[in-house]
Amino acid sequence: MDSPFSLHAALALIVAGDPDVVQAVWTSLYTSGAAILLGSLAGIPVGVSLGLGRFAGRRLAVTLLNTLMAMPTVVVGLLIYGLLSRQGLFGPLGLLFTPLAMIIGQTVLAAPIVANYTLAAVAGADPRILPTAMTLGAGRLHGAWRLLLEVRFGLLAAVVAGFGRVIAEVGVAMMLGGNIRGTTRTMTTAIALETSKGEFAFGLALGLVLLAVALVVNLFLNLLQHR
Amino acid sequence: MKSLASALVIFLTLLTLPSAATAEARLRMSTTTSTENSGLLRILLPPFERRHDCRIEVIAVGTGKALKLGEAGDVDLVMVHARPLEDQFVAAGFGVERRDLMYNDFVLLGPAADPAGARQAATAAEALARIARAQLPFVSRGDESGTHQKEKELWQAAGQRPDGRWYVEAGQGMGEVIIMATQKQGYALADRGTYHAFKQSKTDLQIVFERGAELRNPYGVIAVNPRRHPHVNYPLAMKFIDYLVGEEGQRIIADYRINGEPLFFIDGN
Repeated sequence: MDSPFSLHAALALIVAGDPDVVQAVWTSLYTSGAAILLGSLAGIPVGVSLGLGRFAGRRLAVTLLNTLMAMPTVVVGLLIYGLLSRQGLFGPLGLLFTPLAMIIGQTVLAAPIVANYTLAAVAGADPRILPTAMTLGAGRLHGAWRLLLEVRFGLLAAVVAGFGRVIAEVGVAMMLGGNIRGTTRTMTTAIALETSKGEFAFGLALGLVLLAVALVVNLFLNLLQHR
Repeated sequence: MKSLASALVIFLTLLTLPSAATAEARLRMSTTTSTENSGLLRILLPPFERRHDCRIEVIAVGTGKALKLGEAGDVDLVMVHARPLEDQFVAAGFGVERRDLMYNDFVLLGPAADPAGARQAATAAEALARIARAQLPFVSRGDESGTHQKEKELWQAAGQRPDGRWYVEAGQGMGEVIIMATQKQGYALADRGTYHAFKQSKTDLQIVFERGAELRNPYGVIAVNPRRHPHVNYPLAMKFIDYLVGEEGQRIIADYRINGEPLFFIDGN
């Protein structure tokens, strides 16, 4: 029995540009990218209103939001699976086992994280920003926009955290995507598959590629931050 | 804000393009992890895909779930190995036209020293009974897969209800179970194909019992019933099944080798 950890050989294979690996990297990137975009569109407004609002039930809403962050990915996968399967409410759309199904699931994962980070950023901002903007004649929406500009570093952290969660998760991608070679196989489902085949070195090499991809994305976001 | 919204719309439209641009038909097949991991599908599918300008999307899960996907109409056909469940699937009206595809066989794996003495058994059931008596580690799939179904049949034939600390229900795929049994230096029931793929470098377990009619593992293909699920691509699924059980498909299956050893057999030989 040779050591299954001939990592060097596996990495060489991947760097040589295995088309399956390239496809998996691309699928991971664009599904996670779409999910974090949609998740931010949903999460940022929720975070802002919870961060600014002084309404009854706010504390309960924040607690619920915190709890949603702990939602296991397979549970999100199961819930949406039930909706998207042919027997489910949205069955006729035929979305199960498509990239779009993964994007939907990962959006649900990302939104609470983005909302929470946004909430923290907004709550920590100077409380006079919004009233000041509004006395200067800005509308409510415009005032909120000024506030978001002010806390943009916090928002970036929100997006980075959400992106990290969705590109690293395997439960939703596996259940809703089905790990179909060429369409819904992502980095993480490929790692799970290689592990199940006992190809530990290849799985580990894929893991390193995933980390490298995440590094590039974060370097890019870091650049944005310093502009 | 407006430009952001329009950018989003454009982005989402782009996302749907890859599927819209490829007008080729799509056929979905659920199958078992052992079939997918054997590598056979990579050479069995492309000739058909080219000829009919279609894509066959393979979803590899345990046999139980593969059939469930067929029941729900989430796939167009299933390729599995658990004859009693397959017959139930057809009898309940979920599938039509079950065809014999190929077969391989199960093998009982164990440590080279074989402390339970499974090699001396006359039948597979007796080999399991010896392991149970010796209370040596046995790793079960425990996932309602075809292999798990076969294992339960064998325990029943052995007149045993496996229970106790020695009996490990992994709830994982064939590969994980072989690895787990290797780590524990225990026993496991595996399909020959996966064992072949693993014995080179991933396990030092050996076959301690093989052959015998009870270890035969027949695979079937079944089209999902179009009367129950009108959206399935029944005509293409039937064309594919005809290809699989026809001369060309059967030849590819019979000629398939890993490290010079055949993995699957057709009924002709």
